[in-house]
Amino acid sequence: MTTLPAPLSGSEHNYLSRDYHVLSWLLTKDHKRIGILYLVTITAFFLLGGLAATLMRLNLLTPNGWLVEGATYNKLFTMHGVIMVWFFLVPAVPAVIGNFIVPLMIGARDVAFPRLNLLSWYLFTIGGIVALTAMVRGGVDTGWTFYTPYSTGYANTYVFLTATGIMISGFSSILTGLNFIVTIHTMRCPGLTWFRLPLFLWSLYATSIIMVLATPVLAITLALVAAERMLGLGIFDPAAGGDPVLFQHLFWFYSHPAVYIMILPGMGVVSELITCFSRKRVFGYSFIAFSSLAIAFFGFLVWGHHMFVAGESTYIAFAFSLLSYIVAVPSAIKVFNWTATLYKGSISLETPMLYALGFIGLFTMGGLTGLFLAALGMDVHVHDTYFVIAHFHYIMVGGMVMGYMGALHFWWPKMTGRMYPEWWGRFSAFTIFIGFNLTFFPQFILGYLGMPRRYHAYAPEFQTLNVMSTAGASILAVGYFLPLCYLIWSLRYGPLAKANPWNATGLEWQTTSPPPEHNFESIPTVDQEAYAYHLMEVPDAR
Amino acid sequence: MRVKNTAIEWETGLAQQFDDLPQQHEAATLGMWVFLATEILMFGGLFTAFTAYRATYPHAFEVGSEHLYRWIGVGNTAVLLLSSLFVALAVHAIKHGDNRACTRDLVVAAALGVVFLGLKSIEYTLDIREGLLPWYHFHPEGANDAATKLFLVFYWFMTGLHAVHVTIGIVLLLFFAALCRRGEYDTEWHNPIEMVGLYWHFVDIVWIFLLPTLYLIKPG
Repeated sequence: MTTLPAPLSGSEHNYLSRDYHVLSWLLTKDHKRIGILYLVTITAFFLLGGLAATLMRLNLLTPNGWLVEGATYNKLFTMHGVIMVWFFLVPAVPAVIGNFIVPLMIGARDVAFPRLNLLSWYLFTIGGIVALTAMVRGGVDTGWTFYTPYSTGYANTYVFLTATGIMISGFSSILTGLNFIVTIHTMRCPGLTWFRLPLFLWSLYATSIIMVLATPVLAITLALVAAERMLGLGIFDPAAGGDPVLFQHLFWFYSHPAVYIMILPGMGVVSELITCFSRKRVFGYSFIAFSSLAIAFFGFLVWGHHMFVAGESTYIAFAFSLLSYIVAVPSAIKVFNWTATLYKGSISLETPMLYALGFIGLFTMGGLTGLFLAALGMDVHVHDTYFVIAHFHYIMVGGMVMGYMGALHFWWPKMTGRMYPEWWGRFSAFTIFIGFNLTFFPQFILGYLGMPRRYHAYAPEFQTLNVMSTAGASILAVGYFLPLCYLIWSLRYGPLAKANPWNATGLEWQTTSPPPEHNFESIPTVDQEAYAYHLMEVPDAR
Repeated sequence: MRVKNTAIEWETGLAQQFDDLPQQHEAATLGMWVFLATEILMFGGLFTAFTAYRATYPHAFEVGSEHLYRWIGVGNTAVLLLSSLFVALAVHAIKHGDNRACTRDLVVAAALGVVFLGLKSIEYTLDIREGLLPWYHFHPEGANDAATKLFLVFYWFMTGLHAVHVTIGIVLLLFFAALCRRGEYDTEWHNPIEMVGLYWHFVDIVWIFLLPTLYLIKPG
């Protein structure tokens, strides 16, 4: 792809060995180090969010909720939702993998605004600490959606503090999105035209547009909630002429597009992995590229499907239902193109590929059950049941977390200069896949049978399926714990990584592992399409 | 990798991640526009909520609007438009290498921003005396239903958020005026002046929308 000589491996002067002082990390403007800072931070949040989920699943082992009281359970699912949505899923691929990889992929020295990039990590961390403070001091029980008037008038938990934390971290995701848009527009190296961009960048670009345009609406909505709560203004209070459904409109105007913030980057990762591990050009490049933009566009027009039973007019519900079907089309285009890419490829099943294949299967199930929920009649039946929980966990965990894990394994050699242990990688990928399905598939059935979400106790006939789900969750926990151990282990004991261990296309593989401070010895030039695996020589030995 | 002389870098304002000044200018301009898009959506949330309630309670919102000091609002519009003119003149001046004129125009624009805030403070004081502050001794004269209070909530929230933006803008204008006075900018390198100008025009435009939305609801 480039005209560079083969780079050396294990360079003496890489971004990690440049300086070991703590301040050199805390004041760094290097996008790679900021990516690592995010990685450490969101891993901590993932463990906390997972802890809340563990306690919930344990509590649901018996119909009467043996472990925690109802009020505690409410706080646990709020904590789980708030942490996992805003402090793990939203930043996971963009802020960790994206920060690290985007400038490398486009052959740039850094992102366009390195100082803003560092600021975004600080805002994220401060927002996280504020939200955690609220949780430590007693928690919040509104659910991650903060529905009014409960959140503004009745809840006597730390709504204000949590909302403030989320608002602060929201600005970090705006800054990340802004940085990516400008970086991808203005900093591509010579020869890297838009249609030679790796598809990961198209999906991050679409994600960034959503971050920039949706997040400010969340910020102002939470500000209104906070103001109403402190001063009793009645903005969303029916008794004072306010309209609680207006809150839902404003909230979902952000939060539905935010669902696509949480899945589009994972889709971008899968496009990279599928091509690399089937040694093939991607099938339908421009279809995948534009389907990302289509998802971003239509994603802004479907928020009303969260309010089918909230007193929305029938006609607007028709429109939102139709648009929700339409947004499934570009997602399906992606799935078909990935499958077509696999066709007649020389497939090898390394850990990242296992995650990518897991993504395709689980995301497809999550997407198809989304169509059930977009149907006006069906939605009334399963609204606010475990069917919804299972649906979006198939997207968020089965899709995005799988994509994130795949990305982490794929780019781990580039980020750290070390290979992870392949056998353990495959083992934990299988464990996660099995544990995930055992956790969430029973929840589809539970929801269909009528078990409502957000209750700490349930009718006795649901117990068998709930026990299955909890058993699956414990397998899932093992699956997540293993990578935590072996990835940390590999930092010291893993074999040294070559510059391009996967024989992948993409400029990030043309520099050393780990890359030098300014990424490339000299700025590369590109003279061919992305994923030119058909032009690559057969690798001698992987 | 190109090795750059740090002295030259400081002189030209070229940050290390860029290849040349035009690229940096393009990035800064696009970045500012994207930021302004974010700002529009943030105010957009407020305008949307306001519009939803105005459609629900048209009469109460007219009543609420009549409590406001229309002429202060209109006068402030003139002040802000004038300050935007001076920012435009400042950008024009620095493009022609006139540091002195640029500095002067930026300071004048900032001063007009202070005048805006002064008038707004007077208006807020009068509002509070008339009991128009929804969470503190709320007792407006005449018709007083819940929806009128809702109008005033949005009035305070929207003009308050705008005033925060004006304050930030004044600080930025003065900061870059000081740098301009030190001779940091010239015909080649004046990105920050253009960017702060874009921001100030945005703050101005938000007010242009706030005036009819809040003050000019009722014809005549």
